[in-house]
Amino acid sequence: MKVNVKIKRFNPEADKRPYWSEYSLDVRETDRVLDVINQIKWEMDGSLSYRRSCAHGICGSDAMLINGVNRLACKILVKDLGAEISVEPIRGLPVLKDLIVDMEPFFDSYKAVLPFFINEDPEPPTERYQSPEDREIFDATTKCILCAACTTSCPVFWTNGRYIGPAAIVNAHRFIFDSRDHGADERLQIMNQSNGLWRCRTAYNCTEACPRDIPITKAIEEVKRELLWRRA
Amino acid sequence: MSRAHKYDVIVVGAGGAGLMAARYAAQNPNVTVAVISKLYPTRSHTGAAQGGVGAALGNVTEDYPEWHAFDTVKGGDYLTDQDVAEMFAYDVIESVIELEHMGLPFSRTPEGKIAQRKFGGHTREFGKSAVERACYAADRTGHMILQTLYQQSIKDNVIFFNEFHVLDILMVDGECRGVVAYELATGELHTFQAKSTIIASGGNGRMFKVTSNAHALTGDLQSVVYRRGIPIEDPEFYQFHPTGLYKIGVLLTEGARGEGGILRNKDGERFMERYAPTIKDLAPRDMVSRSMYLEIREGRGAGPDNDYILLDLTHIDGHIIEERLPDITEFARIYLGVDPIREPVPVQPTAHYAMGGIPTTIDTNVIMDGQNTIVPGLYAAGEVACASLHGANRLGTNSLGDLIVFGRRAGRFASKYAEKRDFPDLPSDAQDFSRNLLDKALNGSGTEKVATIRKELQNTMMDNASVFRTDELLGKQIEIVKELQERYKQIGVEDKGKQYNTELMEALELGFLLDNAEQLVYAAFNRKESRGAHSHEDYKDRDDENWLKHTLVYKADKGVQIDYKPVTLGKYEPKPRVY
Ligand SMILES: Cc1cc2nc3c(=O)[nH]c(=O)nc-3n(C[C@H](O)[C@H](O)[C@H](O)COP(=O)(O)OP(=O)(O)OC[C@H]3O[C@@H](n4cnc5c(N)ncnc54)[C@H](O)[C@@H]3O)c2cc1C
Ligand code: SF4
Ligand code: FES
Repeated sequence: MKVNVKIKRFNPEADKRPYWSEYSLDVRETDRVLDVINQIKWEMDGSLSYRRSCAHGICGSDAMLINGVNRLACKILVKDLGAEISVEPIRGLPVLKDLIVDMEPFFDSYKAVLPFFINEDPEPPTERYQSPEDREIFDATTKCILCAACTTSCPVFWTNGRYIGPAAIVNAHRFIFDSRDHGADERLQIMNQSNGLWRCRTAYNCTEACPRDIPITKAIEEVKRELLWRRA
Repeated sequence: MSRAHKYDVIVVGAGGAGLMAARYAAQNPNVTVAVISKLYPTRSHTGAAQGGVGAALGNVTEDYPEWHAFDTVKGGDYLTDQDVAEMFAYDVIESVIELEHMGLPFSRTPEGKIAQRKFGGHTREFGKSAVERACYAADRTGHMILQTLYQQSIKDNVIFFNEFHVLDILMVDGECRGVVAYELATGELHTFQAKSTIIASGGNGRMFKVTSNAHALTGDLQSVVYRRGIPIEDPEFYQFHPTGLYKIGVLLTEGARGEGGILRNKDGERFMERYAPTIKDLAPRDMVSRSMYLEIREGRGAGPDNDYILLDLTHIDGHIIEERLPDITEFARIYLGVDPIREPVPVQPTAHYAMGGIPTTIDTNVIMDGQNTIVPGLYAAGEVACASLHGANRLGTNSLGDLIVFGRRAGRFASKYAEKRDFPDLPSDAQDFSRNLLDKALNGSGTEKVATIRKELQNTMMDNASVFRTDELLGKQIEIVKELQERYKQIGVEDKGKQYNTELMEALELGFLLDNAEQLVYAAFNRKESRGAHSHEDYKDRDDENWLKHTLVYKADKGVQIDYKPVTLGKYEPKPRVY
C-alpha cells in the first residue's frame, strides 16, 4: 500500500531549527514502522538518522513519537496506523540529530535510584530462596527495557526535566518489592526528594506509552503507599 | 574529550560477555578498565535471549555436570573440545548461582529454588530422556541477565564509552596494544592504548535474510582481526534456529517446545517422530531445522505456498503459556496476527548463532594458528569467540552459559596479564588504517548503494549457504561474495556530516559483514562432509577419518587460505548421533 510519511528532521551541522521531510512510498501493511523508516533511509534519503537494533521491541532503541503517541517503531505496524504516518523524536530530551535524542539525562535519573541489588549478607552456597508468590509481586517491573517512552510522554517531565520520571520509579519498584533486597529505605528516601515521586500527577500517559505493558501508574502508587507506610 | 585514552584493560562490547568480563577485570584493584560499545549496553542483543541458561543444578529432577558435558559434546557432533565442555559444565553451575546472588529474578520452583525446564538436546543419563536443565526467568532470561549485569556495572562504577564503534585493533610485533574507535556523536577517531584487550562483540547473523539477530550484529570484530592476520575458526558452522516467525525471523524460543509445543506439517502430522523417535521435537536445532526443510521440500509445508511449518501450542493450558511464554506470545500476536493459545504459529528456520569465531584457548587467549600460538594481550569471549565449546552445533541455553563462564575467565586472565606488563608503545600511524576506511566510504564514487549490496548478500547467503549446501551452490556463492566485494569498493554515502552519521556506520558494517560471508562460504566449500549445522548434500555423512578437525580461515595476500587445528578429544568417543 501507499503511505505518506512525515518525519521531523534536524541536523545540528546544517539547520537552525527542525523541519518536516515528507516521503511517499509503497510498503506492506504488515511492515513495522521501523521497516518503513529503514526503507526511506536505504532507498530515498541516506542521511535520515535514528537508533535501532533488535527490531522486535526488546532493546529499547527506537522509542519515537508516532502519530502523536510514544511507541517503539519496531512494535507498531503500518496497518495499525493507516496511510498517514508522522514520526518525531520523543519529547523532553535534547534532540541531537533527527530522531536521535540525548539519553544521558534519562539514564542519570535511572542511576539515581540505585537500580541494583543491595544485600550485604554473606552469600549462601546455593541460590537465595524466594517463593513464586514473592517473585510475582515485582514481575511486571522487571520487564523494563529503558526505552524512555514513559518518561518522555509525561507532562510533568516536559515542564520539569529534573523530575526523575516514571522509568526511574519503575526500576526502583523492581528492587523495593524484591524480598531478597535490603536497599528499600535508601531508595525511598531518594524518591521522597523534591524532584522525586510526589511530582507524579497520575496522568496515566506513561502507562499508555509503555511498550512492555508495565502498569506504571499502579507501580508508582505502590511505591507511594510503601513510602507512607514506612514513614508511619 | 581527549582522543587518546589509556586503560590497563579494554573490553569491546557490552553484552553479557563484555559486562561479565569488565566486572571481573575491575575486581582486580591493580588495573583500570573501560568498556567500549557501539550500542548503549542495555541495547545489546543478549537482551533478546529468551529461553534459559543451562546448568545442572538438579532443582527439578536429578542432574549432573557430566551429563551436561556429554550432551554438549554430542550436540556439537564431536567437534566440541572436550576439555572445554567439561570445565564449562562445572563452572556454569557456579556462574548461575552468582547471577542469582547479583539479584537476577529467576522464575522459581514451589520450594523457592531457581526454576528449570527442558530444552533441545539436554538429556539425563547420556541420552535417555529430556531433562530440566534450563534455568529461566519467564521467556526473557537474556533480558534479565543483561539488566542484572548492567545494574552491577553501575554499582561498580564501570567506565563506558557508549556509541563508540571499534574499527581496528592495534597489532605491533605480534601483540595487541589496543584499539581504534569511531565516536558516533562527533565523527572523531579515538585511540585506546591497552595492556589487555578483550573482544566481546557478539554475532554476525545479519549476513542472512531471515535472522533472529539485531541489525547491529554485523560481525565487526570477526572482520577486524581477520584483516590483521588472525584466523577465524569453524565459520562454516552457522546455526539456524527452527522456530523463527515466518518471513521476519523473530525468534520463538525452544522453551515453547520445552513446555510441550509440537511442530506439525500441513497434514497436522508430528513429523519429528520420524526423524528423532526418542526426543522428537526436542532434538538439537540442526536436526530439527533440517527436518523442517525436508518436509517443506517434499511438499508437506503449510500455508498457501507450502513454505512454512506450524508450531502448535494450542493443547497447552493458556495460563501456562501466558505465565511462562508471555513475550513470544505477544510477538506472534503483533507481528503475524496469530494467537498461539488458539491457533498454530507459522514458523521457519531463522539464522541464529555462529558456533565459530575468533579462536581462543580454554583461558580465552586469542590464538594465531593450529599450534595454539597465543597473541599476547588479546582475549575474546561470547558469541564472537570460539573456544570451541559448541563444536558443530550449539545446544540451546549453552550460549548464555558461555557468556558468563568465558566472560568471567576473560576478565580474570586479561587483568592478571595487564598487571604484569608496562604500557606498550603505539605506532604513530595508529589511526591511519581506520581513517582510510572512513575516507573510502565518505569519498567513494557512490555508483553502488550499501543497501542494495547488503540485500543481495543476505538473499544469496540464504539461498546458497544456509541449512542445505551443495558444492555447486557454495561455489556459486563464493563468486557472488567476490563480486559484491568488488562492487563494495564503489559505494558512497550521501551524508557527509560528522555527527551521528549512521549512514557511514552502516557502510562500514557492510564491509565487515562481507568478510564474514567470505569466511563462511570458503570454509563451507572446503569441508567435504556433513557435521552438525554444516549439512552437505554431496557428502551426506560425517567423516571422522578426514574431518574431525577445526577449520582456520585466513586472509592472506594470495587470497583466502585454510588451515586446521586438532579437536581436543576426551572421555566421549565419537559415535553416530541419534536421538
Ligand atoms: C532472539 C535470540 C534468543 C536467544 N536465546 C538464547 C537462550 O535462550 N539461551 C542461550 O543460551 N542463548 C540464546 N541466544 C544466544 C545468545 O543470546 C547470544 O549468543 C549472546 O547473547 C551473545 O552475547 P554477547 O555478549 O557475545 O554479544 P551481544 O550481546 O550481541 O553484545 C555485543 C556487544 O558488542 C558491541 N559491539 C559490536 N560490534 C562493535 C564494534 N564494532 N565496536 C564496539 N562495540 C561493538 C555491541 O554494542 C554489544 O554491546 C539467543 C539469541 C537470540 C538472537
Ligand atoms: S517502563 Fe516501559 S516505557 Fe518506561 S522505560 Fe521501561 S519499558 Fe520503556
Ligand atoms: S529496535 Fe529494539 S526496541 Fe525497537
